[in-house]
Amino acid sequence: MTSILNVIFYVLTFLSVYVQVFFFVTFLENRKKIVIRNGKIKLASYPSVTIVVPCWNEEETVAKTVHSLLDLDYPKDKIKIFLINDGSTDDTKNVINKFTEFPNIKVFHKENGGKFTALNLGLEKSETDFFGCLDADSFVDSDALVRIMSYFEKDSMTMAVAPAVVVHNPISIVQMAQQTDYNMGIFFKKMLGFLGAINVTPGPFTIFRKKVFNDLGPYKHAHSTEDMEIAYRMQKHNYKIENCNDAFVYTNTPETIKKLYKQRLRWIYGFLNNTLDYRSVLFKKKYGNFAFFTLPMGVISIFSVSYLFGKIVYNVGHFFYFKVLQWRAIGFDFGISNFNFDPFFINTESFVFLLVVVYVLVMFAILFGRKMAQEKNVFSLSVLYFFPIFGIIAPLWFLKAIYNTILSRKPSWR
Amino acid sequence: MSSNNIDWKKYLIVFLITTGLFFTAIYLSNYFGGKKINQLKTIQDQIAIDILSSETQFSLLSELSCKNISDSVFSKELAELGSKLEWSQENLGATEEVSYLKKYYSLLQIKDYLLAKKISARCGTKSAFILYFYTTAANCTLCEEESLVLSTLRAKYPELRVYSFDYSTDLSAVTSMLQIYKIKDTALPALVIDDSVFSGFQTLENLEAYIKGIFKLQEVKPSTNTNTKSL
Repeated sequence: MTSILNVIFYVLTFLSVYVQVFFFVTFLENRKKIVIRNGKIKLASYPSVTIVVPCWNEEETVAKTVHSLLDLDYPKDKIKIFLINDGSTDDTKNVINKFTEFPNIKVFHKENGGKFTALNLGLEKSETDFFGCLDADSFVDSDALVRIMSYFEKDSMTMAVAPAVVVHNPISIVQMAQQTDYNMGIFFKKMLGFLGAINVTPGPFTIFRKKVFNDLGPYKHAHSTEDMEIAYRMQKHNYKIENCNDAFVYTNTPETIKKLYKQRLRWIYGFLNNTLDYRSVLFKKKYGNFAFFTLPMGVISIFSVSYLFGKIVYNVGHFFYFKVLQWRAIGFDFGISNFNFDPFFINTESFVFLLVVVYVLVMFAILFGRKMAQEKNVFSLSVLYFFPIFGIIAPLWFLKAIYNTILSRKPSWR
Repeated sequence: MSSNNIDWKKYLIVFLITTGLFFTAIYLSNYFGGKKINQLKTIQDQIAIDILSSETQFSLLSELSCKNISDSVFSKELAELGSKLEWSQENLGATEEVSYLKKYYSLLQIKDYLLAKKISARCGTKSAFILYFYTTAANCTLCEEESLVLSTLRAKYPELRVYSFDYSTDLSAVTSMLQIYKIKDTALPALVIDDSVFSGFQTLENLEAYIKGIFKLQEVKPSTNTNTKSL
């Protein structure tokens, strides 16, 4: 039994190191292509874009979201903004009705049907060649749209462009931990962009060619992760998805652990189930790095982190077991466990060195991601919040997502 | 639509790099593991020399008073070596080298014990030592507890010497010890104090009271003051 667990452990370790090295090599190959443009960008033409803002009980943030869209550095008559109230029960209706006076804003009210139904209503009503969504808890940087549109102008094969998502005004420790997670995400998503293997086109401000939906159909419920499913569908049809790392979108993040847990559970559950739904693409050459790297990597990460968590729980359990023994044998006289430091007792198993390699590469991704996100202090200590918070809690949502997936899939296995 | 070419060469290169890192990690692990084994060997050699020197000193000074020898004879590193060996067995894996070192360690303990016995016979003093038999082969929770009890006592009474023997050690000298005291693996942990055998777990209180009685030990530090280092 222990030897099987050991083999699994070393296979997972190997794969985890592989993934991090793969990202790093991708970085070395493409590092010169990562630029952050400072000056104004001029496009040859400014195509019209429809931006849908689906709202469900967003009375507090939606006005700010709409204002950020109105402030976009892009010809006003080329931006159509649809505010779609998906059956809110708060004051969202009145808040967004005030925007009807703007000529380029249309307001729709519908019965609650979920985010994907609001997006599909927007798709139905839109008449432009480009289509995007902005979640009502996010705000765009004024240069974001023009920077994104430059990618479409550069390559007519590009079908969607995802932005760089940054945490808006992190206050709580949980939010600061997420800031680091998003910073790291900016780095990894850019790398996936280079690999042509992006698997999420985030709800905050990914812009699509409308052709995507004309060809492939509207949004689906997709386990409440419609922005992931559409990316999978595009990858399955070899539609190119780019990442525009200097188009910044600021998003509000869950301020408590509980809310974060719920959000991440939905994401991971969505990842597992969309991957299962699209399992036919796995390891098929024609789907490229998406099939050979992104999806397997996601699965490996979930299992590695869960396994490592199990190992840590076992060790902590063992530690307490030993303490109980100690208490039973000699009471609370723990004098013999004096801390006499002796380098002899430092763990020098090969696994420890590999863990150091993985951490160094992850740290590099975080710091470079912070640079890309133009954070003020690249070497901020707030980076450290990420490790305990995500290290302890991420395995819980991973395991719960795996558990929920098994439960929900059970009937179909019979 | 878009070209989704896979760069197989890159997959291979990353594989080679990862494999390289793996082997480097294994190499480093072996390197440091080897260093630790060497450190153990050095300590053992030191102990061997100490014991030999004590034996020689004992023979040379046989006419002299017992006072001259009693303090310096015993090798101080024996306990340290024991804990390092135990750790190595758990963390470096029960390699051939570790089990070889463990045998050597058992032998050194027996020699140390015999020397102590000789001295006490000659000088008519009672040396405070306990023979402790345990096992690592079976899951022996009581052995772990007994080890903790003995470590506590040793910290309290530096004169007390504990010789611990793994029942599963494949060494004729250890087997002889087991036969002499009629130790069975079903009755572990077992202690031998002043030629009496105690089978099963002995509590700290009982053991302390017993050894205090027969050895007249001096407590070096109050048990409440646990933070002071005894080096």
